[in-house]
Amino acid sequence: MASRPRTLYEKIWDAHVVETRDDGTSILFIDRHLVHEVTSPQAFEALRLAGRKVRRPELTLAVPDHNLPTTARLDAAGKRIPIADPQSAAQLEALEANAPAFGIRYIEATAMAQGIVHVVGPEQGFSLPGSTIVCGDSHTAAHGGIGALAFGIGTSEVEHVLATQTLQLKRSKTMEVRVDGALGPGVTAKDLILHIIGEIGTAGGNGHVIEYRGAVFEAMSVEARLTVCNMSIEAGARAGLIAPDETVFRYLKGRPYAPKGGDWERAVAWWKTLHTDDSATFDKTVRIDASQVEPTVTWGTSPEDTVAIGGVVPAPESFADPSKQEAVRKSLDYMGLAPGTRMQDIAVENIFIGSCTNSRIEDLRAAAAVLKGRKKADSVKWAIVVPGSGLVKAQAEEEGLDRIFTDAGFEWREPGCSACLGMNPDKVPPGERCASTSNRNFVGRQGPGSRTHLVSPAMAAAAAVTGKLSDVRELVG
Amino acid sequence: MDCVSTIEGRAIPFGAKNVDTDVIIPAHWLKTISREGLGQGAFETVRAEPGNVFDDPAYAGAPILIAGDNFGCGSSREHAAWALLDLGIAAVIAPSFSDIFSGNAFKNGILTVELPQEQIDRLLDVASTDPIAIDLDSQTVTTPFQDRFAFEVDPFRKHCLLNGLDEVGLTLERDGAIAEYEARHAHDMPWLARGTLERTA
Ligand code: SF4
Repeated sequence: MASRPRTLYEKIWDAHVVETRDDGTSILFIDRHLVHEVTSPQAFEALRLAGRKVRRPELTLAVPDHNLPTTARLDAAGKRIPIADPQSAAQLEALEANAPAFGIRYIEATAMAQGIVHVVGPEQGFSLPGSTIVCGDSHTAAHGGIGALAFGIGTSEVEHVLATQTLQLKRSKTMEVRVDGALGPGVTAKDLILHIIGEIGTAGGNGHVIEYRGAVFEAMSVEARLTVCNMSIEAGARAGLIAPDETVFRYLKGRPYAPKGGDWERAVAWWKTLHTDDSATFDKTVRIDASQVEPTVTWGTSPEDTVAIGGVVPAPESFADPSKQEAVRKSLDYMGLAPGTRMQDIAVENIFIGSCTNSRIEDLRAAAAVLKGRKKADSVKWAIVVPGSGLVKAQAEEEGLDRIFTDAGFEWREPGCSACLGMNPDKVPPGERCASTSNRNFVGRQGPGSRTHLVSPAMAAAAAVTGKLSDVRELVG
Repeated sequence: MDCVSTIEGRAIPFGAKNVDTDVIIPAHWLKTISREGLGQGAFETVRAEPGNVFDDPAYAGAPILIAGDNFGCGSSREHAAWALLDLGIAAVIAPSFSDIFSGNAFKNGILTVELPQEQIDRLLDVASTDPIAIDLDSQTVTTPFQDRFAFEVDPFRKHCLLNGLDEVGLTLERDGAIAEYEARHAHDMPWLARGTLERTA
């Protein structure tokens, strides 16, 4: 192929172009398509109305996650407990009917492999380095953590992928986020990505695909990389990527849909070429000093509203842009916070550990390490842990993490999206605060009137113990 | 998809700026499994106010909506386009649109027309009493009072709308090219082509 030096994004893009029109729009081949119950019913309906078939059913994997209640799914007799909300039940039924009707492999709501799409894809080895991955959900960017070009799509595009296994797209610009050095003790991938979004803003990545580069990412586990890439969309980027390496290969080997035998050798040989060439250039570069990153929390209603845990709620006047000043005023009003309040003085009544950002085994281990031998504060009314998949749940139980959580006063739930978006019954009550490991602190995201502070799993655990946003480094030392 | 060439009729003089997709269709309507019926939830919060334009019988069945700057911002939900379609809206005129919304509108055969604020103001005025006409072929908006406003449109989108081509249909016409790519790709990267056909326990 071209000898021109290319970025990782360009290499994956070029390997998937079917053809390019004069106006620059390409037909891009899609290797992996994940489907869940909320954004797919209308796509299947459209196929049916137009009499169209699914072109490559084996390249799509369906799993319910958004709507499912996280309480027990089977009764004592092993029978399925029906979903109380009729609309949620109808969405689940639609997926259960559509998947087999169109020949798509479906992971049952009660299966061990069930979980949040973005946890399931890598865990099953369905998401692979160098592949193009799409899903009708904006946090599809997560799969960039294993070196895939992954992005969210709308329902018409879900239909487009089902019918043609391609999408019509224009190439994005490239952006490098470089973090050299090492993160300090108690500082995690979540703190780093919150810090990055705070630096570049929610529009900072608009029109770009971000590649995260530097020693900090190279040292990260796959789980941590998935956390970073997951929130690329919160920085406005279409997708986020980290070059695949031995850490990724080790993670994938032996997973159910990962390549085997001779395929594995060939795949690894190609994956090893998937890195940005030395002299390739990015349209934009941002450098972050790893030593400056502290455990980070949000104070407002946009993921860019971040501050180090030792900091205070900012004053609207401290922002240069008048429209941001206005947004901050509104946001503080909604959050019920006064400028100058120390973040560590903010009491929280709810704790949510879960979501596709932070519900993998490492996340649960990090939270459990803080909670071990401790109890949640009495002022914390509701604390739940929602593992990202049945497999994560089983692994955690094997390690005894569930006992640490329940002993500390947490509820141990079944896998799903849960309080990340409050589409199922798990919601934060109006006016109450939640220290949440999810990815969006939007108005009403965790339920009408809910107030969200985004944090890492360890920081969520720390907040549970003290009943306030807290610096985890003061609890474990 | 139906061909779009001229859209003529009453226009709802809404005019509000920064209308986000939550206003167009509130989140609780996202739990539906069909594209149809969302018109009932369209502009729910606006319609809760007495005397709102959407429930004014003068605009019943109007095919055009006139809005303010930055129409369709916020969440990317395609339900916003479906809700408008279900209301019978075939075109929206505004000074600007969010990219995602105009993309979703186009995919569902809704024409988005951008005009400067002065012209929008004039159209809002006319719409309160008279019909408006949009001609996609000549790219103009006209009123019964000799107003004639030209607008820009992406040539590819124009071609698709005029010929009733939907993106899926267009891509399916490239079936041969896709099949060729698939053969090459399956040869070079057979592990990707297998998908969920095989798995280890
Ligand atoms: S956990 Fe939250 S962000 Fe992730 S897929 Fe579910 S709803 Fe979306």
